[in-house]
Amino acid sequence: MPSLSYTSREEIEQHSFSPAVTLLVPVAAIILQVLVVKLYWRLDILDLPLIVAIFFSVSRRSPSAGTLTGAGIGLLQDALTGRPIGVNGMAKSVVGYIAASIGVKVDVDNLATRVLMNFGFSLLNSIILFLINRRLLGQAEAHIGWIHELIRAVINTVVAVPIFFLLDLTKRPE
Amino acid sequence: MESFFSRFKNVLVLVVVLLAQTIGLAIQVRRPAEQGAPDGPHVTLLRKWVIGFVTPFERFFHGIGYNTRYGWSNYIDLRNTRQQNRDLQAEVARLRLEQSELAEDAKQGHRLQAMLNFQQHYVTSTVAAQVIGSSGTDQSRVLYIDKGSNDGLKVDQAVITPDGIVGKLREVLPRTAQVLVINDQSSGAGVLLSTTRIRATLRGSPSGRIVINNLTPDERIKPGEQVLTSGGDQIYPRGLPVGTIETIAIDPDHQPYTMIQLKPAANLFQLEEVLIITGTQTDLPKLAQKDLAAGLATAEQRAAAAKAAAEQAAADAAAKTASDMVAEKLPSIHEAETEPDPTAAPGTTPVKPTVQNPAGVVPKPLPTQHADRYTPGTTPPASTLTPGAGHPAGAVAAPQPTVRTPRQQESPESETASPNN
Repeated sequence: MPSLSYTSREEIEQHSFSPAVTLLVPVAAIILQVLVVKLYWRLDILDLPLIVAIFFSVSRRSPSAGTLTGAGIGLLQDALTGRPIGVNGMAKSVVGYIAASIGVKVDVDNLATRVLMNFGFSLLNSIILFLINRRLLGQAEAHIGWIHELIRAVINTVVAVPIFFLLDLTKRPE
Repeated sequence: MESFFSRFKNVLVLVVVLLAQTIGLAIQVRRPAEQGAPDGPHVTLLRKWVIGFVTPFERFFHGIGYNTRYGWSNYIDLRNTRQQNRDLQAEVARLRLEQSELAEDAKQGHRLQAMLNFQQHYVTSTVAAQVIGSSGTDQSRVLYIDKGSNDGLKVDQAVITPDGIVGKLREVLPRTAQVLVINDQSSGAGVLLSTTRIRATLRGSPSGRIVINNLTPDERIKPGEQVLTSGGDQIYPRGLPVGTIETIAIDPDHQPYTMIQLKPAANLFQLEEVLIITGTQTDLPKLAQKDLAAGLATAEQRAAAAKAAAEQAAADAAAKTASDMVAEKLPSIHEAETEPDPTAAPGTTPVKPTVQNPAGVVPKPLPTQHADRYTPGTTPPASTLTPGAGHPAGAVAAPQPTVRTPRQQESPESETASPNN
């Protein structure tokens, strides 16, 4: 078992959240996502549940927790769509796992890191969704519009930065 | 063994989670086979829980927005209501006329359908519903409405607006229902091109557009052509507007087929209220029959009025023709040839033209070329005459008798011309 030193990043920056926050924030993100898209359909480019999944994963720095958080949020999201349940669940499971794994290595409280992380994970989420649609579901007409996905990544990043600062307030020191 | 699980715990969790979801996906994709069809019982249960949890929040926030808009538009913002009312009344009048014009065609169409034993399905009952939510993602175009099985809704019922079709019910819960919009990539509908009468299948696309991609190139298909439902899918009644053709291009993925993109008739992205078709019948609904009868009555009234006007115009024309004939034979009473009367008193109004007097003037004799005792103005007043005295103007030559041939006697020209001679 690897020993943790006093200065280990995992030891000094691992955060936990109260059960209420753990439960309510993802649900609130999903409901808010549905409401903003109802308000203006162009806002469907946003992915608030993805932002929340990334935040919890990098904050907890536990790949298992990140995987389960991503899977839970993704499955809830899938249940509201007309598509097979599990598409977003699988994509966000992978994103949660990688986000938590990266969170152990780098300083995720840094603004530049957060920007890069959100941009990269938004693109990764789009690529995984495309692969699931194309390979697992056999949708030959599924295409990936790179310009559209880059715009989506930029918008998600812009929205994610203030949300991360807000959610920092819900962190509970160990 | 323990160290293996503890060492690879995170990876194992990821693999198990992904594997479980992959198996779940495989089960869902295997059944049902039909795209856009409702889920199996286990999937429906999960969806029911999530939808049942989320929709109260959607309903709550939708209620706030709706009541705010309702209060504003019905109690405060009434500035243009009178003008709108006038416009609507004018539109109703115009539509009544249009209805009467189409009523006869509709009646003839029904007669022909009956002769051909054609089963047309008419919408008899609808349920109005408010859109309270959406899927929240561009991967799936579904909507949530505030009516469910408690209101008589069932799976696969068509959802429309007055502008055109919207989609069909995919999942129905007691107090809410999920609508699969026609621009979702798993949607489809049987359609008919209105001008060319070509049947096709409409599909949604990942980009949210609606397309027809099962037709080979045809020169008759042009942008702007209206697309209607064909009724062949047993979901949407025949004849509902779907949209208009926007672009036609060769489908690069499915040559030699074309990719026809449509502009939807209903605004699929900003829907507030929809109608769910809960009943159809093969006979024309009573209300529609009443409207059709009213239209036919209006058409008959218009036809009768038009006939009366035509008869009146024909009578006028006939009368005018007769007077014209008389006028030709009496050139002196033509208006164009009539010189203004210098002896008329100033301020007197000229006589208006009438059927009996088309020239509009009192006929006056032409100036006399050879005056005699019968010429007007040459005879002195009786008060100045002395009995037994001669003519004041002297001896007047007696008129020479003229020999008239029988032809001249029969001719009206000679009759009418004689007073002037």
